[in-house]
Amino acid sequence: MLRIKRLISLLLAVVLTLWTGGGIVSAQQGTIKVMYTDPLSGPFAQVGDQNLQQFKYILDYINGRGGAVGRKFEIVSFDNKSAPSEALLALKAATDQNMPIIMQCSGSNIAAALIEGVDKHNERNPNNRIVYVNCGAVATELTNEKCSYWHFRMDAHVGMKAETMARALPKDVTKVYLLNQDYLFGQSVQRDVKTFLTKLRPDVKVVGDELIPLGKVKDFSPYVTKIKASGAQALITGNWGPDMTLLIKSGMDSGLDIRYYTMYAHLGGGATAIGPAGNGKVRSVMAFHENIAVETGKTDTEGWTKQFRSQHDFDFYAAGFRTIFEFLQAAMNKAGSADPTKFAAALEGLTITDMLGHQVTMRKADHQILSEYFVGVFTKGVKYDSEKTGLGWKTETTVLPKDLDQPNSCNMKRPS
Amino acid sequence: MEVLLVSLLNGLVYGMLLFMLASGLTLIFSMMGVLNFAHASMYMLGAYFAFSVSRVIGFWAALVVAPILCGILGALIEMYALRRVHRNGHIAELLFTVGLAFIIEKATQMAWGLLPVPYRVPPVLDRALFHVYGSNFHAYRGFMLLISILMFVAIWLLLTRTRIGLVIQAALTHPEMVGALGHNVPRVFTIVFAGGSVLAGLAGVIGGNYLVTEPSMAATMGPIVFVVVVFGGLGSLAGCFIASLIMGLVQTFAVVIDVSLADLLARLGVPVTSATPLAEVLTMPLPRVGALLPYLMLILVLLIKPRGLMGTRDT
Amino acid sequence: MSEGAVRTAAQPLAAGGAAAFLRRQWPWLAALVFALVVPWFSFDWSTGRHSGFIVSMLSQIGISIIFALSYNMLMGQAGLLSFGHAVFLGLGGYVTAHVVNATKGGALPLPLELTPIAGALGGLAFAVVLGYFATKQRATAFAMITLGIGELITSCALMFQTFFGGEGGVSTNRMTGRSLFGVGYAAPIQVYYLIVAWTALSVVAMLLLTRTPLGRMANASRDNFERAQFVGYDPRMVRFFQFALSGAFAGIAGALYTLTYEIVTYDTVAGPMSANALLMTYIGGVGVFAGPVVGAVLIVLLQSWVSLLSNSWLVYAGVLFIMMVTFAPMGLTGLVMMHQPIWRAGRLGRLIGPYLRLLGPALLVLIGFVLAVELCSFLTIGAAQGKSFTLSRITIDPRGARPWLVAGLLLVGGGLWLRVAMRGFGAAWNAVTEEVKTTGTRA
Repeated sequence: MLRIKRLISLLLAVVLTLWTGGGIVSAQQGTIKVMYTDPLSGPFAQVGDQNLQQFKYILDYINGRGGAVGRKFEIVSFDNKSAPSEALLALKAATDQNMPIIMQCSGSNIAAALIEGVDKHNERNPNNRIVYVNCGAVATELTNEKCSYWHFRMDAHVGMKAETMARALPKDVTKVYLLNQDYLFGQSVQRDVKTFLTKLRPDVKVVGDELIPLGKVKDFSPYVTKIKASGAQALITGNWGPDMTLLIKSGMDSGLDIRYYTMYAHLGGGATAIGPAGNGKVRSVMAFHENIAVETGKTDTEGWTKQFRSQHDFDFYAAGFRTIFEFLQAAMNKAGSADPTKFAAALEGLTITDMLGHQVTMRKADHQILSEYFVGVFTKGVKYDSEKTGLGWKTETTVLPKDLDQPNSCNMKRPS
Repeated sequence: MEVLLVSLLNGLVYGMLLFMLASGLTLIFSMMGVLNFAHASMYMLGAYFAFSVSRVIGFWAALVVAPILCGILGALIEMYALRRVHRNGHIAELLFTVGLAFIIEKATQMAWGLLPVPYRVPPVLDRALFHVYGSNFHAYRGFMLLISILMFVAIWLLLTRTRIGLVIQAALTHPEMVGALGHNVPRVFTIVFAGGSVLAGLAGVIGGNYLVTEPSMAATMGPIVFVVVVFGGLGSLAGCFIASLIMGLVQTFAVVIDVSLADLLARLGVPVTSATPLAEVLTMPLPRVGALLPYLMLILVLLIKPRGLMGTRDT
Repeated sequence: MSEGAVRTAAQPLAAGGAAAFLRRQWPWLAALVFALVVPWFSFDWSTGRHSGFIVSMLSQIGISIIFALSYNMLMGQAGLLSFGHAVFLGLGGYVTAHVVNATKGGALPLPLELTPIAGALGGLAFAVVLGYFATKQRATAFAMITLGIGELITSCALMFQTFFGGEGGVSTNRMTGRSLFGVGYAAPIQVYYLIVAWTALSVVAMLLLTRTPLGRMANASRDNFERAQFVGYDPRMVRFFQFALSGAFAGIAGALYTLTYEIVTYDTVAGPMSANALLMTYIGGVGVFAGPVVGAVLIVLLQSWVSLLSNSWLVYAGVLFIMMVTFAPMGLTGLVMMHQPIWRAGRLGRLIGPYLRLLGPALLVLIGFVLAVELCSFLTIGAAQGKSFTLSRITIDPRGARPWLVAGLLLVGGGLWLRVAMRGFGAAWNAVTEEVKTTGTRA
């Protein structure tokens, strides 16, 4: 009868609710908890998974150097399954436990939801505030039109990456082809690359400009045909995932003689998918690769990343996340507290020296990090290869923080 | 002319890749009425098995071994699980395969990891076969074309020249009657399901190193294969073949034909500016929506011919 | 259709008055009271705060209930399998977001409590337009058309910025200052109560719909399509109206989604959301009206709560799904309803013993299975992430042989015991059913 079924479900709900209400995750007392949310299941599971592994290694280092205000950092992970609603659930879980920080790296749609969610929460609950540390959602408007006082972006945004690519283009390249994914991110790349090419390289002509539906194209050979017909010397693309790897593979198979400028070839899986055939052709815009320390003679950083390599089978591409925690460490120590209201005020405008020796700033106007950026080429003959392919990244161009100090349109509301 | 020829070639190769995947599904779908959502998972397993096997005994052996492994797995699934679900109806079978796809994806992640695996084209095929107007035609694509044509011929011969093939053909259109005539229909079902899995596995072996071998490859290939199968029609392998080619060519040519609705309207004398309502939709050039055309075509065909292009029965 | 529903439908509503009404409908009323009271179980008395996580999860349950019920209007009641139902939830959500933004701007003096009506109208409008094409066909062709529509709309949501706001979606602020009851809606608990109200309304509406001629004809065309045509209603129109109304209710769910999360992004129209509806409805049971409700509660709990404890929640969902499909296609509520004749005959007590004997081995198999899955997961994925496998205070090392042996033992031993117990249970069940058949049910 209906009754029994209802009783069963009621009972189930009661039991689970009571159990859950008692506390979701148990953790050590006294640590500074950071709620980290990214996809940990489903098609993008490797993003969250690899980030977690890198965070663990980084926190061992940071906590080994005292943590912040005498307490250690601790990461609590929450699988957002690539859905903004789940990320907002993570936010609720974090604020329930009075966590001072929520961190997220993948997906500008999720980032947009979190910025709004954190803003509204902090406004409605001034005694239980939280800071949102953005470790990789790069849509430009997140620190422009959608900027917020409580949001700190720790990675260069699309505009900055586009400028880096424009600066890295060699003098002899005068014809470029643009191919991007047809959604907000890809359209931003398209727009920003064209803006910076006009500004910095007026001699360069954009001979082709395509948008492809996200994740749907399996056969890139017709696009390669068009690229070849246009006579382009460089292909600039913000594509990620199969959209990037299949494009590059198709180009190489057809014998396309072109330079590939990407934003994500250096992330997990890229090197494997491109393979040795990409020698000297593929470039990527990145915050870090394992050979920079070798090139600049930073032996302690090199030793640190080398040890990570010995324990993991993927590149330590996110070693730059250490800078995030060094910022948090410095800000909290400066404010003398891990309370969000206090350390956020200390964090904006802060400058520290990062592990590659550059001066990195958290810009006060829009909470965007200003750090150095590199363009690396995938090639043989480097000390540390990627994913056992025999090839690795070598820096071709270094762009300094001051060169990426772009104007912004942020009008953030500051707490009184 | 150059563009036409090159695009024709590209469209043909892509269409044949789709056919390799869709042929197995059409057989299963036509025979059992089961929309097998786990078909793309067999494709993925074929690629992964080939990756692991080729590291031990080489690519050419893997070409034979991996599809057989998929076939065995398919037979087991059919005999011990799908058969039970069969009596609960078509929707239950479909949902079963959905759950199966979930589980296979997770198992793959657990067994081979979350990242793409370095399953590569064998070196002997990794070069240019010939040149077409300055671009290389990669040898491996020629190999893919060859295998898919052989596959088509083999299936056709099997269905028309062997006894079991004739039984299968009959069961494709009149399953109950075939059972009434005394043939062991459950065994035929198992053979077809296993055969479909072999075909999917073979497609995976061939396609996995050409495309990327990763745990989400089933989810990305799945929808387009369904579209092809339903578009081609139930009960018709020829329909599947034609549908694959049409889809491949349409998607390829859409990329090179750079027009939008606004262009057409302008030719008719109706200017479209950014202020026009739905301007975003009208100025959308064809290449941008190329990959969506299969879905549009599917909807159109189903509205006019619910059985698909050359379908011979409903379910 | 269940006996109970037929009986209540046959009796005039006024018969017996309020007392009889309470007696018949007490499960629903109890559920309503429970829903109103449950957030207070996890209220933190020291800080005077509700658990934000619990309230969010409860809100999600409310939204999912409406969504799953609207999906069942198609699947269970009309026999139409749709692969793109999330389209109407998402589009209803987008419309609501735009409407709420307009309200804030002052252009539209709509109180927040009534904004789900905008969602309903949005869902209805799109369902009418898209349904016109989809309902031209039935069965497989219909399912594939909905698949195509779902994919197309998802891609559109990514490509077109004006209505869909691109990847960042459309955000809104529910504190518009306009309310029928003067509520600010700053606190999530207030939104939760609004959701409870709208869920109750929607459930009642959909329940009443099942008793209208439209609802009955939908059932008829599901059961026997050819015969239903002879009744005289055009089956195409039946499908079309059912589709349109189901889209309207999905739109209400979408509107509540917008109010809860204050942002709508493209994933609300995409495949995974549609798959969720299918999962919830099927596991709960398509044959009983309240089936999707149970399914929604279970799946949300699984997704949001279990995923906190384990990365393998997808495996559990998949296995649960497969078990249901293979052994219990009528869903959880269907399983419960199978006991109805036995309950009527007053012989349910006879089954308590066999059930208890089943409980032991079932628990063993369950624990063994969970252990095995978690061990696999930790071995390959979790360990590298720096997590360790802890159950209360016991740490389990997946690299040792002992946990695997335990899991294997539980699975195999429990499995064998279960088989024996199942046979005994089967015998008891058959015996009771035979008795019931011969002696008849007590009125």
